[in-house]
Parts: sequence; structure tokens; C-alpha cells
Amino acid sequence: MSESKLPQNGPSMVSSISVEAVHLSPNQKTWRRLCANRPALISAAFIALVMLLAIGVPLLSPHDAVHGSDSQFAPPSLAHWFGTDVHGRDVFTRVFAGARISLLVGAVGTVVSLIIGVCWGMIAGYVGGRTDNFMMRFVDILYALPSIVFVIVLITTLEGFVKQWITAISPALAPAGRMMFLFVGLGAVSWLTMARIVRGQVLSLRSRPFVLASQSLGASNRRILFHHILPNVIGIVIVYLTLTVPAIILYESFLSYLGLGIQPPAASLGTLIAEGAAQINPLRVFWWLIVGPGCVLALTLLALNFLGDGLRDAFDPRSS
Amino acid sequence: MNYFLRRLLFMLPLTLVIVTLAFFLVRVAPGGPFDRERKPASPAVERALAEKYHLDESLISQYLRFLGLKWERTPGGSLRRAPGGLVAGDLGLSLKYRNHTVTDIILQGLPVSLTLGFLAFGFALAMGLPLGFYTAVRRGHWGDWIGSLFALLVICIPGFVIGPLLILGFALKAGWFPVGLWGAPLQAVLPMVALGLYFGGRVTRLTREGMTQALQSEYIRTARAKGASELQVLLKHALPTAVMPVVSYSGPMLADLLTGSFVVENIFQIPGIGVFMVNSSLSRDYTMVVGLVMLYAVLLLVLNLLVDLAYSLLDPRVRYE
Repeated sequence: MSESKLPQNGPSMVSSISVEAVHLSPNQKTWRRLCANRPALISAAFIALVMLLAIGVPLLSPHDAVHGSDSQFAPPSLAHWFGTDVHGRDVFTRVFAGARISLLVGAVGTVVSLIIGVCWGMIAGYVGGRTDNFMMRFVDILYALPSIVFVIVLITTLEGFVKQWITAISPALAPAGRMMFLFVGLGAVSWLTMARIVRGQVLSLRSRPFVLASQSLGASNRRILFHHILPNVIGIVIVYLTLTVPAIILYESFLSYLGLGIQPPAASLGTLIAEGAAQINPLRVFWWLIVGPGCVLALTLLALNFLGDGLRDAFDPRSS
Repeated sequence: MNYFLRRLLFMLPLTLVIVTLAFFLVRVAPGGPFDRERKPASPAVERALAEKYHLDESLISQYLRFLGLKWERTPGGSLRRAPGGLVAGDLGLSLKYRNHTVTDIILQGLPVSLTLGFLAFGFALAMGLPLGFYTAVRRGHWGDWIGSLFALLVICIPGFVIGPLLILGFALKAGWFPVGLWGAPLQAVLPMVALGLYFGGRVTRLTREGMTQALQSEYIRTARAKGASELQVLLKHALPTAVMPVVSYSGPMLADLLTGSFVVENIFQIPGIGVFMVNSSLSRDYTMVVGLVMLYAVLLLVLNLLVDLAYSLLDPRVRYE
């Protein structure tokens, strides 16, 4: 982890990378480097497109994502771009209705992991000493657990409770219960790396002169954490966030594939692929049921990974 | 050595904590192993079932029995340890697959899952190392571009997409491989690829990165200056350091391969243990879930330890304390 992106780093950084005559702030430089990275820009545009389609297609499509029609297993055509499924539903509409849920789970799960990871890492790194030791040992232990096994056990067991609570509050919310659970559950298993990264950064920032100066001026811990340390870890947090989103999307589709995620008739990309895989038979090959959702999932993950790589290079010019 | 002994000792309480957590979690959760859509014939049958599997006892008493630390009075009045339990290496009877012990089921499925895991591990290395080497050497050329894109692509296509596509393409259309099941060597090919491709992509990227970094080091320049042939420089000087990241990744990779084969086993109908994991947690097969969680935890802990050990042997600069 390089620290050259930190604004307070002083002249050494400016001399090492800046050849422009105009003085730019580190953030502006990061932005320029990102704009010069074509794959990252194309990826960002692609992600924006998928998000637009995920919002727009289910609203505007002439077909219904949930209710079936008579044309079952129609191959891709002008009327049905990705064909139709076993109930005669338009796969194109369903794919983007599914992408909407997948992206939502990815985004919210990432936010949950962000909050836990950043808080955990900042506290451990800033307080230091025995607290740090204890908190990081805890992370080590969680790292050693087979997370997928635990997620499966957690989802199958705790879901009953969550459902009871939610139906107690309002029965109408019951279908959303599984989704809420996915948000929290996936976020709760994905924060470990974030905590480690943030802690490492905070640890090195804590002993920097500008933090010491602020301390000697009598700034409170909260002020130092939120005004001096947090702005400096944001770069690396953003980079890691872009890489967490695809990981959570993948996790969710994996669980949905196993039947533990989003429940029908709602669908995420994972459930759509599972439905496609269930239709595999030696007599007729319904390839479009897998290729459509599979391509959207793979390309979205690819774009997110490219964007993450591009952001990393932009924030840290020495890494590539 | 001391460090590894300590870690070995630490594994015991850690496994116990994990198992305890799993034990209480599945039992506290709503629903039970004998809830079906149709109720059992009569309350008497239900009672008899619960009694047979000791589900009528308190949680603590069940836990003690599971550990094998429960003492009970025999009809004769003397105190004796309840038979079985973890201390005797007995994980109990499965609640779903009646008359099978959990140990039996695991012993039946584990060799299959292990074989599949190691095959996929070999496939990932056989694909990733040469491809990573090639892309690093051809850095900047179109060969690098295609190879790297391929590596990133397979990372982004999950196994449950690749698996069905492989079946559609190579088993149903081309007819080269069987669609599923396990036993013949040909049947292992598609699952191996479906499981290993993702990890092959990861290994490719790691090798490429390691190789690129190694090729920029001083000692490579020295080797070239001494007049070593390009092949010698690449294979003898750069490669050994370039594979170090792959070595450290191979531990988590092997663990993921051995524990994460649920989907592939599901798609290809392979009789491994992955299939049981999901099914038994859904059907509240208490003993099975606890047994499998323990198995996976032990596998993961042992593998991580082995990798750290291998790492310290391979790289003399690494010291654990």
C-alpha cells in the first residue's frame, strides 16, 4: 500500500509524478489519470448502461417479468431479444429485472460491509495497543472460518426469526425479508479485508506529523478521526469498494442459484441462471436461458473489476 | 517450529468454538428435522422419534451428549458415560438419512469431493502458470492482451454459468463427454474445468504480476549482463520468485476448491459432500450440519497451516514467530 496519494504528503510526491506546469490537487490528478484510462471509462459507461437498463427495461418493456404467456421456450427473436422461458416470460425483461435486484443487493451489501469494515479498522488502528491486537485477532479468526458454509447455515437458520419479526411488524413486508437478510448477511461476511486495509492505513497515518500537530493543538479524537484520518483513507476505500460490489453480486447469485437467495417469482441473475440450468435436457437445447443472464452477469462483473483496477491505478500511480 | 506447534494447538479450541456455534444455531432456529408438510402418523410416533434422537432433552444435555461428556444412570443405578459423542469420534446418526451415521456419509462423499478438488487444483495450476508466464513475457503484445482478457473473463464467469454451458456445448451438442455422474475418468473432465477455470484465471493474474515484477529486478539485469541466455533468465532466475504469490494463494485456493464445490457437484450430479451441505441445512438435519461444518473448518485450518509451513520452507526470508 503506497501512501503517495495522500494530500499532506508534501513535496516528495509532487516532484515524483507531476510534470504539468499547472498545479493540480491530488484529487484532480487522480481524476485526470482515471480519465486517461480507456478500459476503466468504458467499464464505467457500461455499468451506467446496465443500471439504466435495470431501471428502465422492467418499466418500459411490453412484456411482464412475472406473469407468463403462451409462447414457451421461444428462441431469441425481434419480439423477445433473449427468448422466453418455461412460463413464456420474456427473458430480456426478466434479466434486467433480475439485474436490478442483483445490483441492489451488491450496492447495499457493500455499504453494510463498508460501515462495519471502516469503523472496525479505524478504531483498531487508531486506538492501537491491546484493543488493536484483540480486534485484529478476531478478524483473523473470522478469516479462518469457511465463510460460505457459515452463510448457508446462517441464512437457513436465522431466516426463520427474521421472517417472524417482519411479519409481526407488517405482513406486507414479508417477501422483502429475504432481501433484507441478504443485504445484512452478505455485508456482514465481506467486511474483513476492508477492516484490514483501513487499519493498516490508519496505523501509518496516526503517527504522521499533521496528526501529531493536530493533537498538540488540542483537537479531539473525533475531530482527528473524521477530519484528518478519514479523508486520507477514502481513496483506498473507494478502490476496495469497487472490488467488493462484484464479490457480493457473485455471492448473492451463488446463493440464489442454490435456492437460498431471492425467492420466486422475484428473480436475480443467479436465480435466472439456475432456472436456465434446470432446463438442460438432451432433447432440446434452450441455450438462451443461460447465455442471456450469464452474459449480463459476467459482463457486469468484468466491468466492475476493470473499473476497480483503473481506480487503483488512478489513486496509486506506482502500483502499475 | 514453535510457532506452528502453537497454531496446531490453537486449532483445537477454535474448531470447538465453531462447532459449538453451529450446534446451537441449527437447534435454536425455527423448524425441526421432522416437520414435514404431513405430520407424522401420531403424537406417539413423534415422541418416539424425538426420544430416539434425544431431541426431547434440554439443549445443554444434548450438547453434552454430542461432545460425549454426558453421564447418565444405567437401569442398574450405576453412573456411566453416554455412548458415542465427539470424544469417541462419533458424530451421531443423521436425522434425514435414517440409519446412516454422519461419519459414514462423510466418509462416502469426501473422497469424491477431494478428488474433484485436487483435479481442479491441478487444472488451475496447469492453466494459470503457463498462461501467466506467457502473458508476462509477451507483455504489451496482442498475445498478452488476449491472455489477460481471457484470465479476467473466466474470473468473472461463475462456475454455475460455465458448468451448464460446458454441458450444453461439450456433452449435449458435441457429445465428447458424459453429461454428469462420477466414476469414469471422462466424467471428471467437465466438472474439473467448471470448478478450476476461475482459479486458473486467478493463478494466471498472480503469475503474470509476479513474473513482471521479477523481470524488473536488479538480479535479472545482472543475469543478463553475465550473458545468460534469455530462456535461462526466464526459467532459472525469474520464475522461482515469480511463483511465490501463487504458493501463498494456493492454500486459500485449495480450501475454496474443497469447500466450494457445492454448485459444481450439484450441476454434474456428483455424489460428493457438497450436495449434503445445502440440503441438510435446509432440512434441519442437525447432526449432519454440525458434522459438515466441523469438517470444513478443520480442512480450512489445516490447509492454511500447511501453506504457511510450505511458504516458510520455500522462502527463507519468511520468518514466523
